Amino acid sequence: MAIGSLLIANRGEIAVRIIRAAQALGIRTVQAHSAADADSLAVKLADDAVLIGPPPAAKSYLDIGAIIAAAKEKDVDAIHPGYGFLAENAEFADAVVEAGMIFVGPDAEAIRLLGDKVAARDVARQAGVPTVPGSHGRVADLDEARALVEEIGFPVMIKAAAGGGGRGIRIAEDFAAFEKQFPQAASEARAAFGDGGLYIEKVIENARHIEVQILGDGDNVIHCYERECSLQRRRQKVWEEAPAFGLSPTVRAALTECAVALAKSVGYRGAGTVEYLYDADTQAFYFIEMNTRIQVEHPVTEMVTGIDLVAEMLRIAGGEKLSIAQDDVHVEGHAIECRINAEDPAQNFLPSPGQISGLSVPEGEGVRFDTMLYDGYFVPPFYDSLLGKMIVRGVDRADAIRRMEQALGALVIGGIKTTVPLHLAIAANPDVIAGAFHTKYLEGWLAGAPLSETENA
Amino acid sequence: MSKVEIRAPMPGIFYRKPSPESPPFKTDGDDVSAGDVVGLIEVMKSFHEVAALEPGKSVRFLLEDADAVMAGQVVAELEG
Repeated sequence: MAIGSLLIANRGEIAVRIIRAAQALGIRTVQAHSAADADSLAVKLADDAVLIGPPPAAKSYLDIGAIIAAAKEKDVDAIHPGYGFLAENAEFADAVVEAGMIFVGPDAEAIRLLGDKVAARDVARQAGVPTVPGSHGRVADLDEARALVEEIGFPVMIKAAAGGGGRGIRIAEDFAAFEKQFPQAASEARAAFGDGGLYIEKVIENARHIEVQILGDGDNVIHCYERECSLQRRRQKVWEEAPAFGLSPTVRAALTECAVALAKSVGYRGAGTVEYLYDADTQAFYFIEMNTRIQVEHPVTEMVTGIDLVAEMLRIAGGEKLSIAQDDVHVEGHAIECRINAEDPAQNFLPSPGQISGLSVPEGEGVRFDTMLYDGYFVPPFYDSLLGKMIVRGVDRADAIRRMEQALGALVIGGIKTTVPLHLAIAANPDVIAGAFHTKYLEGWLAGAPLSETENA
Repeated sequence: MSKVEIRAPMPGIFYRKPSPESPPFKTDGDDVSAGDVVGLIEVMKSFHEVAALEPGKSVRFLLEDADAVMAGQVVAELEG
C-alpha cells in the first residue's frame, strides 16, 4: 500500500527534511509536536499538526502511547520516526504495526536483533563481516583471558558484560596491568551490576570511523558507498564526509560488500548504516554496529550520489521495490557536512538556547543547509543542540573544504552562540586538510583550547 | 519571617534527583544550607546543578521532578 498520509514523530531539522521529502511524493504530512514546538518550522510546513505532550521528551517525543493516539486521531497511514527518540525502539515499531499503520523503517525484529550488541556481532560474523578481535561472549576465567590476549595482542579492553554506555570499561596496555586489572574488573562488575562476567576486546588505536549507507527492500540490498565520520567530540560526530578519503579500491569494495551481505542476511528493509572502525596502518576494518534508521549525516551521501534517501525510505515503506540498481549508484565529487550546534565553543561548549535574529543562509550550486531555523524562532532548551547542517559538495576534497569555509563564512545565525567558529577552525586545520586524523583527534586538539586563543587574540 | 527563593539559573528540565533511581536531593520540609544542591537542570542534554545561595528552613518545592523550567523561575521556597 502506497503511503497517503504520514505522521512525523520527531522534531528539528530532520522533521523538516522528512516533511519536504513526503510532500514531494504527494504524501499528506502531520507533524507530532510537544508544547515547546508549537511554533516550530516543521509545524508551519506540515499540512497538519498534533500536540503530543509537554516539553520534556519523556512526556512527548518518547511517549509511545501519546504518539500512537495522535496518529489514530489524525488517521495517518504511516509514522516516520526520524533519528534518535523512538527511531530504534522495537517496542514502538511493534506498537505502530499493531495499531494498523506502517512504521517507516525495518521491522521490529531487525531493530531488536541489530540493537543488541552481542547479537549484532554474531550476525556480522555469520555474514562474513570482520569484527573487532576479542572474546566470543564472556571469558570463563583469568586463564582463558590470558590465552586470548596472547593471541590478539595489546592494548585490550576489559568490559563488564552487564555494563553499557561506557560504564565498566578498563584498558590494559601490557600483561602486568592485565593480570592486576582483570580480577579487579570482575569484582567491580559483580558489585556494580550483580554480574562479574567480562568480555575482552582488542583496542584499535588511531582508528577512523567509516560507515556504509545501505538501502534494502526486503529482498534486494544496495549500498550507496561510504562516509568518513572520525571527527567526533564526546562520541558525537562533528564533521562528516563522503566518500572516505584514502581508501584503496579493494578496501572500498570489501567495506561495501560486507555491509550489503550483513543487511541481506537479515532481509533488511529501509535505510540503514553499517559502522566500522578502520585502521589506516593495516587497512583492516572491523564492524562496530548497524544503525537501523536514517542518520544525521545522510545528506553527504545524497550530495555525491544524487539519491534522495528519505524519499527511498518512504517508497520502500509503502511497499515498492528499490528503484535504483547497484550499477546505477555512482559517486561524483566530494561532500562535507558540519553540524552547527547551539553551543559556545569558546566556553567549553556551553549550551546556548535563545531567539534567532539576523539569519542569513548562503545559497548556490553545491551548497545545502538543512535546518529548522527562521528569524524570530526561539531555540528551546529541552532538546539536543543541533540547529542545522551545512553541507557542501566540491569536485574533490580540497575543493569541498574550500567551499565549506566560504559557506560557513557567509552563514549568519544571530541571537545565540553557535559552533560555526569551531568548524571554521577545523576547515583551516592542516591535519584535517591532510586527512591525518582519527576518532580521538578532535578531543585531543580541543584540549589545547585552540578556540579560546583565537577568541582572545 | 522572610521567605528565601531558589531560582533556576537557566532554562531546561528540572530534576529533583541526581539519577532516576536515586532519592531526591531534598524533600519538602528539609532544612537547606547555602551551597546545598537542590536539583539539576538539563539544558540541551547537558546537566547543571542548582544550588541554594542562602540557607533556610523547611524547603517547599514548586516543581515536580522532570518539569520544564524557565530561567529565573522559582523552583523552591525556604523560610529564611
